[in-house]
Amino acid sequence: MPFIEINNLEKTYKDGDTETRALCGVSFSIEPGEFVAIMGPSGSGKSTLLHILGCLDKLTKGSYVFNNRPIDNYSEKEIAKIRNQEMGFVFQSFNLLARTNVLENVKLPLLYSDVKESLWKGMALKAIEHVGLSHRINHETSQLSGGEKQRVAIARALINDPRIIFADEPTGNLDSKSGSDVMEIIETLNNQGRTIVLITHETYTAEYAQRIIKLKDGRIESDKKVEERRKGKNNFIK
Amino acid sequence: MSFLNSLKTAVRGLKTNKSRSALTILGIVIGITAIILIMSLGKGAQELILSQIKGLGSATIIIEPGREPEGMADFSSMFTDSLKQREVDALQNPNNVPGLEQLSPMVILSTSVNYENEAHNFSVLGAASLVADIVNVYPQTGQFIDDDQIQQMAAVAVIGWEVKNKLFGESDALNQNIKIKNMTFRVIGIFPKKGSVGMFDVDNAIIVPYTTAQKYLSGINYYHEIVVKARSEAVIPQTVEDIETTLRGLHNITDPEKDDFHVVTQEDIAQRVNTVTSILTVFLAAIAAISLVVGGIGIMNIMLVSVTERTREIGLRKALGATNKDVLTQFILEAIILTVAGGLAGIILGSFFSFIAALILTRVVGSGWQFVISFQAIGLGLGVSAFVGLVFGLYPASQASKKSPMEALRYE
Repeated sequence: MPFIEINNLEKTYKDGDTETRALCGVSFSIEPGEFVAIMGPSGSGKSTLLHILGCLDKLTKGSYVFNNRPIDNYSEKEIAKIRNQEMGFVFQSFNLLARTNVLENVKLPLLYSDVKESLWKGMALKAIEHVGLSHRINHETSQLSGGEKQRVAIARALINDPRIIFADEPTGNLDSKSGSDVMEIIETLNNQGRTIVLITHETYTAEYAQRIIKLKDGRIESDKKVEERRKGKNNFIK
Repeated sequence: MSFLNSLKTAVRGLKTNKSRSALTILGIVIGITAIILIMSLGKGAQELILSQIKGLGSATIIIEPGREPEGMADFSSMFTDSLKQREVDALQNPNNVPGLEQLSPMVILSTSVNYENEAHNFSVLGAASLVADIVNVYPQTGQFIDDDQIQQMAAVAVIGWEVKNKLFGESDALNQNIKIKNMTFRVIGIFPKKGSVGMFDVDNAIIVPYTTAQKYLSGINYYHEIVVKARSEAVIPQTVEDIETTLRGLHNITDPEKDDFHVVTQEDIAQRVNTVTSILTVFLAAIAAISLVVGGIGIMNIMLVSVTERTREIGLRKALGATNKDVLTQFILEAIILTVAGGLAGIILGSFFSFIAALILTRVVGSGWQFVISFQAIGLGLGVSAFVGLVFGLYPASQASKKSPMEALRYE
């Protein structure tokens, strides 16, 4: 049973009279535990696709079935809960709260969960340990390096133990060393059984995935399994 | 999200922009300060006047000519001559009004008074000796008017503290002759400094026998009012009734609606003053409240800026599982915390200024001005400021909650 199934997905943006078609009929499915990289040049619609998969944006046409239930059947509250419980997000620009320390940033999703407050700190510490930042707990995020920031963001995405992680160009703002560190963490998460959807335009980042979907002009250009996974790791550190 | 956590989140949001938050609430601070100050001063003035009225003694009853005035502009009573010696005689008959202990007809005028080259305007009161008991002031030097002088329409006067100062300065006033309306009066007594009693400014008044004032100073055949002292507070209702019955009988009035006099007790006056000062206070406070609207618009403005500025944060929170309601609550709470903080600051500042004002006013009006801050005023201040936050925070907060998470995250 696929975890995510989209059929003939279309997305059109309207700006006054002009319409921009970002996605024109995209179909695929993702099985639980899969590591999928979505590639494509800018403007190919890959971010739009990720936003729709992550329930951050609405589709214009087609269908999206998440966890065996069409997304239209979920209420606004239920979707917020799905984002909170089942999904984790990692963004290119980290999106951490300014003037707030690592611990508070990682705790943020718990604020919107049903988890008892007494458990929050323990959960946050565990997630921070997972990304190797235990020594930075009380630092403000502005004092961290780019790689560290992204690891905080990953810890935040992990805290509610989601089944799927959406990563939108997670290495885009990082040097290659930090980039590979972040990718290795993401790979570990996949090895632990989490589904990963990664957006990237770098081949060596995409090669961590088991499957690469290439988009061009809002359509799927190719959808291939990677034969030799992580072949690109050595290429990464150039 | 629990309310406590919403509150914490809102406080944290405000803390990141401390100086802006502080400036934003300035309008609210000023508005609440003004309201607290006005309410405190209004209350202080009210208490002062009431304490003066109480100074009249609770057993005091005043009979005024004409029916009860129906408003501020109803002057009919001033031109009515329904209270004459005949009425005074009837009232003094113990068979008619057993509760009456003593009475004093009153003739009131304001006129120029001369001593040598000094000339000033003072209020001149034609009265009987009862007035000294009611006002509770007796000459410091000399004596008060006695019944013989009233009988003989003697040209004698007892003068207030300020009258003495203005006319005589440092020199002795006792037994000197002053001219009231070109008639020569001998000063037989001088009051000590007393201030006001029941809106009657003793220090600036001259008291002469009511018979003299009626015949020689006013040239009228009636009295402006009759002041009655009842035997005790307990007999007041009965005494009022007896007075009304007696005068109606005398004037052949059967329908109380057609009374050509009315009876006022100390309690009635207190109630009137209460009403007037309360209305005045509310009116002034309402004007001050306009500044709250201005302050509220300022809050709305800054909240809108803040919502735009924090678009990415809103997007992030939604991506992490915040519902529209969570975001709405956060921003409304931010606005309410701002205004309530402004309200608290306003209450503290308003109380402080009221206290300073009370200190100054105590020097100006003499003792009797009290510093009053009512719980009503504090409750009102807090309630109004929270309400302003809710009203003016609602629109920016709903704007925030409606943002699509994707668009919010993309916002540069």
